[in-house]
Parts: sequence; structure tokens; C-alpha cells
Amino acid sequence: MNRLSWFNTVSLTLGFAFLYIPMVILIIFSFNESKLVTVWGGFSAKWYGELLQNESFLQAAWVTLKVAVLSSTLATVLGTMAAYVLVRGGRFLGRTLFSGMIYAPLVMPEVITGLSLLLLFIGIGLDRGVMTIVLAHTTFAMCYVSVVVSSRLITFDRSLEEAALDLGCSQAEAFRLVTLPIIAPAVISGWLLAFTLSLDDLVIASFTAGPSATTLPIKIFSAVRLGVSPEINALSTIMIGIVTVGVVTASLVTKRQMVRQRRDEQNAERS
Amino acid sequence: MTIPVFEPWNDPEAKPLIQFQNVTKRFGEFTAIDDLTLGIYEREFFALLGPSGCGKTTMMRMLAGFETPTDGKIYLSGQDIAPVPPNKRLVNMMFQSYALFPHLSIWDNIAFGLKRENKPKHDIEERVQEMLRLTRLEKFARRKPHQISGGQRQRVALARSLAKAPKLLLLDEPLGALDKKLRQDTQFELMDIQEKTGTTFVIVTHDQEEAMTVASRVAVMDNGKLVQVATPDRIYENPNSVYVADFIGDVNIIEGTAKPTGPDQYDITWKEGAEPLNVKSQNSFSDGQTCHLAIRPEKVTISADKPADADNAVQGRVLDIAYLGNISTYHVELPTGAVIKAQTANTRRIARRAFTWEDPVWLSWTATAGVLLAE
Ligand SMILES: Nc1ncnc2c1ncn2[C@@H]1O[C@H](COP(=O)(O)OP(=O)(O)OP(=O)(O)O)[C@@H](O)[C@H]1O
Ligand SMILES: [Mg+2]
Repeated sequence: MNRLSWFNTVSLTLGFAFLYIPMVILIIFSFNESKLVTVWGGFSAKWYGELLQNESFLQAAWVTLKVAVLSSTLATVLGTMAAYVLVRGGRFLGRTLFSGMIYAPLVMPEVITGLSLLLLFIGIGLDRGVMTIVLAHTTFAMCYVSVVVSSRLITFDRSLEEAALDLGCSQAEAFRLVTLPIIAPAVISGWLLAFTLSLDDLVIASFTAGPSATTLPIKIFSAVRLGVSPEINALSTIMIGIVTVGVVTASLVTKRQMVRQRRDEQNAERS
Repeated sequence: MTIPVFEPWNDPEAKPLIQFQNVTKRFGEFTAIDDLTLGIYEREFFALLGPSGCGKTTMMRMLAGFETPTDGKIYLSGQDIAPVPPNKRLVNMMFQSYALFPHLSIWDNIAFGLKRENKPKHDIEERVQEMLRLTRLEKFARRKPHQISGGQRQRVALARSLAKAPKLLLLDEPLGALDKKLRQDTQFELMDIQEKTGTTFVIVTHDQEEAMTVASRVAVMDNGKLVQVATPDRIYENPNSVYVADFIGDVNIIEGTAKPTGPDQYDITWKEGAEPLNVKSQNSFSDGQTCHLAIRPEKVTISADKPADADNAVQGRVLDIAYLGNISTYHVELPTGAVIKAQTANTRRIARRAFTWEDPVWLSWTATAGVLLAE
């Protein structure tokens, strides 16, 4: 292992301090005994207990979870399909346009995405609630999934699909029996990414949520405007935990599995 | 009792199983297959030979249905196969890259095609077992493709394509990674399978000995064109061009000008001052036409003294000796600077060899030993 020079050590420390000190403070204060947010009154986990009593928070958490699971699943199905067509469809009319368009939501300001979806829902007379948030999250998470999956498909050895066809599979069977199992790690990490994105989205959710359904980020945001309570610190800590687990799992799954699978695949070819 | 000769290509009544009709395949500007017409008959063991990139794999991919001809038509049993998708063709292919499914075990790889046919489970198991036995992979059935060696993978690929016992089997370099012993065994197995099942084989190989052993006919390709299609012995003894002669086996090429001296008789002037060579040839040449005499090294005799009644004899000195165990190849330099190879069987122990480096020797051959080729 190389030792870092003092300059690099300092830059690294400063950089990470900048990123993580706010979160660390939040996590520490979620275990504060005192009701006053800025005064340390000893260690306690009582706010976590109180949180579990809070009906409206639990309600919001349930909605958030439902939305995240539904929208990430939908986004994964659609995103994988889109990636497959774009990578495998050959050259069809307007392919460049399509592949450009699928990535556009990545760079589109969320406010605009949210607003346009809101207008659409109002236009077609859809009542805002869980359903509309799911649709909205599917829309923007889908392109992330398709980016992840298509980068895997590009390196996928096409002759495997041809071999499946040669042995009597239809196109759909070849996809189900050969392609999908092999690209599964990418699909799973796409799903986890979409799940995490949906979990912590505030902007798009606030455009598309209605009075009947509020997500946690919205709930926290509006609660904070009435003053930060230790309860919210506790809730935020839990969310940080979930998101961290999601992101870390996603990247681990991707890294490990993809490295392994690609090695398998290369090994399965002649050297 | 006479054994009927298997020569459907000489029978005007016979209908080929596969018929390429003026097939051209272009990739953008590049022509991979150039106006190719060819018939391959049922029960044939057809070998494709040619340098890397000459279009062998492309031909197979068109038969399997992964490429469509840019021009021309391909018929299988008299039917145009253009509209038939790969999974509906009674054709199986062994891929040059093997294309084993990395997520499935060896057993499941081999069973993959059988499972698609909805055969009873028992039949599938039996068939897979048979294939495993044939390719000597029983011990590896439960492993994944990345857990076995390169040669074993090649055998899995072969077993997988054989499993469905198709009407037409396309093998793209099926035995390249196997050691000589196993390769020969597998060659005989393939010939055996072919005899039993009547499957038609099209096989790509870089090993001309393999082509000679297994093939009923050999096609030599160059740049997307067929240069010669003939039985192995004809390809070897009667190549139609210097390219084929040079591609198959070892050959001496002597360039000169022809001068007819009688029916099928020619004098070849090949070097200023040297005595003309005496050649009998079926191919006819006009007076003064440039020609190439192709002689296999094993048809050139090497001796210490000038043979008395040889049609052709030239003197030279031994430049190099390649000892190959059963035979030795002598590279003999003529006074003109040309080098001619002569091969002899090593019937004696090496220490008692007749010639060594720098020895003056005579090379001789008969008038019919070589083939006279225009180009
Ligand atoms: N999809 C493709 N796009 C463009 N060119 C191609 C494509 N497939 C093959 N070619 C070209 O067509 C030519 C013939 O390729 P092919 O794979 O048939 O060669 P081959 O005879 O099988 O060679 P090898 O013995 O090396 O396997 C090559 O020059 C190759 O570069
Ligand atoms: Mg090839």
C-alpha cells in the first residue's frame, strides 16, 4: 500500500468532512435525550420509540415504501426493455433519436419533469395520489435503469443468443432463458438504484402527490418548516441507513456479479 | 460384391441438400462472399478450407440463418430458406467461439436444445448421457463452462450441437483445441455418427490433414470465392491452381515456359542454360506460355549418383534437413539458386542417414510426378 502524502491526506479529510459532517451531526443528535435540538442532553434512543407512535409518519413511510417498490419494479421492466431494443434492435428508423431521448430525463431539471407530469395528470383528470407518484417515479427512474442495463448489454456476447436460437428457442425464449439470467445482476442493481431514487425524491413527489398520499421526504420537509424536532432526526437517520444499504448493495451486486459473470463469459469463449 | 461409390456430385440426377445459387454477402462495402454457387449433397462430409477471413464462418452463418445473403438464394432440400428463422431450421451449428451458456452447467448446456423440443425427461437424460460419453465429459457434467479447460469446452460445444441430431450440422473448427489423439478419435466418432445417422456435415478446419481424413469433398476458398471443390485426393494430386497446390500440403513450384513436344508432352524451359524439364500434362499449354510445375516433395527422389533413366534429374547440394521422425525433408539448393524440397521415409536410424549438410546430391522425378498449372 502506498502511503498518502500529507497534502492528499488533508484534501481527503477536508473533502469527506465537507460531505459527511452534516449527516454525522444529524445522526448524533437523533440520539439526543434533550428536546432541544442544539443542546446535548445525554444519550437516548427514545425518539426512535416516539417515532413508532407517530401515525402520520408511519403512514407516510408506508406510502413511500409502496411507491418505491412499485415504481422501481415498473421502471426496471420498462428500462430493461428499452435498453434491449436500443442495444439489440439493430439500426431502425429514429434509433439515435430514441437513445438520445431516453437519456434526456437524466439531465432534465426535476422541477420541469415534476411540473410537466402535474400538468399531464391534471389534463387527463387523474386524481393525485399513490398512483400518480408511482407513474412519475417510474418515468424518471426508467432512464437510470436503462443506462445501467444497456451498458451491460453492450458487452454481452451476442453469439450466446444466436446459439439459443440455433437450438430452437424463439426470440422471447432466448431472452428469458439466456440473456436475462446473464444480465440479471445489472437488472437488479438497476432496480436498487430506482428504489433508492424513488425513496428520497422530494421535488417530483411534491408535484405529483395529493392530499390523500404524502411521502416521507415531503412529510419531513414540511415538518422541518415548523422547527426541527429530534424525532425528525431519528427518522432521517433511518432513511440514511436504508439508502446507504440500498446504494452499497447495488454497487456491490453490480461490481461482484458483473466481474464474475464477465469472467465466466470470457472463460466460456475460446482464449 | 461391389461397394457403391458415394459420388452424388457426379450424378446428374442427384439433388443437392444445400444449394447456394450465386450467393453474395456484403458487409457495407466489403464483399465477404462473392457470387458463390455450390451444391452440397445429403450424407456428405463437406470440408471448408481457406485462410483466415476468407468467408468460411460467413457461409455457415448464412446456412444457420444469422446472416441473409445480399444477393442470390440458398436452398435447403429444394426450398428457399430465406424466410425460415434460425430456430425453425433443421440445422445446428457449433460456434467458432463455442458460445456456451455461462450460467448453465455442462449438462444443461447439452440438454438445452433437447428441452426445447418438449421431449420426455427420460429421453433427454439418456441423450445427454450419450453425448457426455461420446465427448468423454461425464466427469464434468455438473460443472460450469468456466470451470473446465479449453479443450473440454470445445467438446461441450460439439456435444451440444450434436445432441439434437439435426439434418445438417455445421461445425466451425470443431477440433482445433484438442490434442492429436483425442482429435483423431473424435474425427472417427464424427464419421461414425455420420454413417449411422446420415447427417450431412459441413466442417470448417484449418487442419488439412483433418480435411483429408474426414471429408468426402473439400472446398478451398480464397477471398469469398471457391477456388476448387473436389475430393481430397483430387485436391491433393490435381490442384487446379498454384494457390490450391500451395495451400494443401507442401509443394515445389517451378516456373517456366512450355513448349509442346507431343500429345500431352511438354518441355519446360525454366532456367537459362539448364536442361528443359520433361513433363506430361492433361492441361494443355501453347508454345511459349508461362506455366508452373507443382511437384510434391515426396515425389522427388534424392540420390548420390545421377539416376540412369530418370525423366528429370537436377544436381544440387543439401542446404537443410528437417527431421520429422517418420520422414525427413531435404532442402536442396540448385546451382541456379532455387531450392527444391525432397522427402524420404526414414527407414533407417538417424545415425546411418545417407546424406548430410553440404553433400552434393541428385534430385529426380518422373514426367507425370508433377502437375502443370497456368496460374
Ligand atoms: N458482421 C460483420 N461486419 C463486417 N465484416 C464482417 C462481419 N462478419 C465478418 N466480416 C468480414 O468478413 C470476412 C469473412 O469473415 P469470416 O468470419 O467468414 O472469416 P473466416 O473464413 O471464418 O475466418 P477465420 O478462419 O479466421 O474464422 C472477414 O474479412 C470479416 O472481417
Ligand atoms: Mg471463422
